[in-house]
Parts: sequence; C-alpha cells; structure tokens
Amino acid sequence: MAVDRDTVRRIARLARLAVDEDQVVAMEGELNALLTWVEQLQEVNVEGVPPMASVVEQRLKLREDVVTDGGYAQDLMLNAPQTEDNFFVVPKVVE
Amino acid sequence: MALSSDPTRFTIADARDALAGKQISATELAQAHITALTAATALNAFITETPDRALSAAETSDARIAAGEARPLEGIPLAIKDLFCTKGVRTTAASRILDNFFPTYESTVTQNLWDAGALMLGKTNLDEFAMGSSNETSYFGPVINPWRARGRNEDLVPGGSSGGSATAIAAHLALGATGTDTGGSIRQPAAVTGIVGLKPTYGRCSRWGAVAFASSLDQAGPMTRTVRDAAIMLKVMAGHDPKDSTSVDTPVPDYEAALNTGVKGLRVGIPKEYRIDGMPEEMDALWQRGVDWLKAQGAEIVDVSLPHTKYALPAYYIVAPAEASSNLARYDGVRYGHRAAGVSDLIGLYERTRAEGFGREVRRRIMIGTYVLSAGYYDAYYLRAQKIRTLIARDFTQAFQQCDVLLTPATPSAAFGIGSKTSDPVSMYLNDVFTVTVNLAGLPGMSVPAGLSQDGLPLGLQIIGKAFDEETVLRAGRAIETAAGFNAQPQSWWRTA
Repeated sequence: MAVDRDTVRRIARLARLAVDEDQVVAMEGELNALLTWVEQLQEVNVEGVPPMASVVEQRLKLREDVVTDGGYAQDLMLNAPQTEDNFFVVPKVVE
Repeated sequence: MALSSDPTRFTIADARDALAGKQISATELAQAHITALTAATALNAFITETPDRALSAAETSDARIAAGEARPLEGIPLAIKDLFCTKGVRTTAASRILDNFFPTYESTVTQNLWDAGALMLGKTNLDEFAMGSSNETSYFGPVINPWRARGRNEDLVPGGSSGGSATAIAAHLALGATGTDTGGSIRQPAAVTGIVGLKPTYGRCSRWGAVAFASSLDQAGPMTRTVRDAAIMLKVMAGHDPKDSTSVDTPVPDYEAALNTGVKGLRVGIPKEYRIDGMPEEMDALWQRGVDWLKAQGAEIVDVSLPHTKYALPAYYIVAPAEASSNLARYDGVRYGHRAAGVSDLIGLYERTRAEGFGREVRRRIMIGTYVLSAGYYDAYYLRAQKIRTLIARDFTQAFQQCDVLLTPATPSAAFGIGSKTSDPVSMYLNDVFTVTVNLAGLPGMSVPAGLSQDGLPLGLQIIGKAFDEETVLRAGRAIETAAGFNAQPQSWWRTA
C-alpha cells in the first residue's frame, strides 16, 4: 500500500498540517519507508484474535451525575492567543 | 553513617536520614543542587529552572522538620519532566506549540510529590511530546549525556524521551526525577546514563495533567540513582485518582519494605526472542552475568518464549502515532499555545499554526497516525495492530505461568553520538526494541545499571513483572543492583565554575 504525493497532501489536509512541495516529497519517502517496515505485520495470523481495548482489565467506575468542576472561565482564557470578553477569537468564518 | 560531604552525592534515602538527623537542612540540600545545576547548563538538561520556588519550599520543609512534622519526601529536591503540568510554571512538552504555556492546574503525580514534601528544582528537557529515543527532537535543543566514551570527548545522547531527567540524575543535579514511558522513555534513557528507571503498570499512576502522547501506553514513573529510591518515589507517585478513570483503585504497597525479601526461590524467565541479531557481544555477556547473579542469590532460571516479540515495534509504530494524531488534534492555535500570525481563514490558521508549532518527528507521527486511521486503512493497520497487541499480551501471560519476573537487556547498545541516527527513523526506533513490548502489554518494567561497555559507557538490564507486581520487580532489581555493585560515575567535564 504505497503512498503517493496526492495521498500525502490529502493526509496533511486531514491532519491540518500545512505542507510545502519539498515536504510533500520528503514525507512521501518517509511514510513509504515506515509503511514498508510495518508490512511485516501482515504475516501474523490474527484470525479470531480480539483487538485489545484495554491493557488492564477493570470495570470503569461510575460516579454521581453531578457537576464537580468548573466556574473558572478566567483560567481557561489565560493561555489563549486572542480573546475578547472570555471568548476565543478566530478569523471570521461566516460572511 | 558514611555520608559524603557533598549533598549532591546523597541518595534519596541518605538525604531522608540526614534531614531527619539534622545533619543538613532542606535549604542547604536545595542550595547544593541549585549550585550544581547552575554549573551544568552545558548539558541542557533543564528547560525551566525554578530555584526560588525550591528554596521557598525548602524553608517550609525546614520548619516542618523542626516541628517534627516531616512528610515522606520532606525537603527532597526533584527534577520534573516538562511533560507534567505544573501550576503557574511554564510547561512546554519541549514543543514550540507550547513554548509559552502556563498551566492553571497541577498534574496529579506532581501534586502527590509536593503533598509529600518534595520540592521542584525545575522542568527537564525531553523529546518533543516525548516522541524520540535520543532527546534530539526537543525544540529546546538536545540534552547531552554526562557520560563520554573512555578517552573521547564526543557528545553522546542521553536516550529519550526522558533524557533531561536521566541526565539530571546521572550528573547529580537532583536526587530524583519524574519520567514518562510510552515505549521505553524512562527505561532506555536510564540504561544509557547509568541510573534506575521504573515504568509502573499501566494504571498505577494517574495520567491526569501529564501532556498526552499515546493514552493507552503512557505511564509516569521515577528515575533515581538506586532501586530503593525508586521504591520510595513510586510509593508517593502512585495511587487512584478520580480524575483518571484508568488509574486503578487498589492499595499502594510499601515498596521499600519489599526490597529486603531477596530472590531466593524466585523464578526468573529468560525470553529467547530477546537474543536479537546484531546485539553487541558485550550486551549478551552482561545479560548472562545478570542470570548468574540472580542464580547465585537463589533464584531459579527458566527459559521462556515470547513468540510475537518481533512484531511489537512495528505494531507500536501504528498504535502510538494513531493515538498521538488524535491527542495532538487539540493544538489548534485557538485556546492555548502557539498561533500562526497573519492568517485570515480558520482552516489556514489551524494548518499554519500546526506546521510551525510541531517539529519534524511530531509531524511525521501525526501523518502516520492520520493515515492508519483514515477511511479504508483502519482495518489493515490499526485494527490489525491492536489484535497483535492482544497476542503480545498473551505471550506474557503464558510466560508468567512459568516464572515470576523476566530478565532482559534494557537497550540493544550503549549511548550513541549526537546526530548519528537522526537520518533514519527506523534505526532510531530500534532503540526501544526491548522496552516497547512492556508498554503494549501494560506491564511494569525497570532498568537497572549493571555494568560498563568496553568504551566505559553504562549498560542496563531490564526486569519485567506481572501487572501490579512492582514489588517483585523491585526485589529482583535490588538483587541485580547488589550483585552488580555499579558505582561508576561520569567525569564532571561539564561543570563551569
């Protein structure tokens, strides 16, 4: 399953990573090298083997459905690059 | 007590005794380490130093000791991997994208340490988002291993990703450090810097407030100079946390008490698949010495098989990037972290921010992860890797029917030169060949310094235990430590006046 340059551009778009043409070429090579290396997994017989869901067998704990956290809008805004009245500011998305 | 006059030579256990016996104050102990780390900037072990905070906490510790109210780690100066969120102290994950991030909350593991009286000297350097095995992917530059090959002055890597923490301990800049281990990031740097590194069972320590890399694999653990110190630190770090539903609600044993039990009658498994092609003869010889040491102390040696071992690394490089691509989706330049300037559309803002904010290795893993999770490829890659993970875990379950712990090499070789493996990702990934299986199965593993290579560089052995049986891992580790008598130290070439 080799990756071509169009696939690299499509994956970069899905991953929200801007890539220039040089990077597309470099990543094409790197991704193919990695995918070739992991190809050996195809030789393992996984018939009837369940995929691992959790390494530690445990029942997830339930708790009361009540509010246990919150009420610190100022803290949430503290590291934001651009804010206005406790809102995050982004480029205009609706004309 | 034969204490050194230099408090940076203490173990945590020594320091605990010296503080309790009023032979030294917490302030003097903190000051000695601040002096040491100030003179060690050449190693680049710290991203952020917090000397004022350490001294102010030391004052509190001195008051508590005077009042007879000392807590278990009272006055012990620690280095914290810069992957743990620390309230009000910059936390970067060694990434440009978090270059200016100041958490408004504290990770559970570090909070546990402060509640026990420990104090923070600073935040240590690491591979960006803990993705690397050499500490060369850090936005803040590589960490330099305090060790050099005999008669050489070439800079070597300290391993990764917890390379700054490993260096801080090996160079005596802190008494203990926190690390995190997703595929070997505690054990591999510990091995190549000649210190002890313990990755606990998945679920033993809370992951809350630790910057996420691969959530089904990440686990915090201690990095120290002795097995006893690892036991002391783990006791404080571990425990259930309602804020991490994968942290397990079982009592935390007194790990230190387990150390004196010895290994008489302990069944130690030797997995034949770990004897890999191209492993240096000296590593093989060290492994055999480890077997002999345990046998001499009364352990029973059992040959075991872990047939799917060779598939662990490629399976890991599907599972870990898949989880990373999902976890790192949060860095969007909107709520925190770096934001690209001068972009007028939202998608463009995301794309430029992430391209500028993430380094090359992180971008590569995000791309791989996105690809293996994308429509049409999920079954062939991700689902298959998760099935192989089940087979790897089964291998261990079967082996542990015949033995109590496993003994293996910790790394395939000693520390290598800066820049010598950066051009070939797969050769870099092979550093984790002996450690990554343990993460995939969620088990505890510990690296213990066991000898020097022909070039005079540290080599480690790894003990792997059953889930939640850190006590037996520590017991066996203590036996290796006692027999190895590893007391070599790096020459302090880095020290400035």
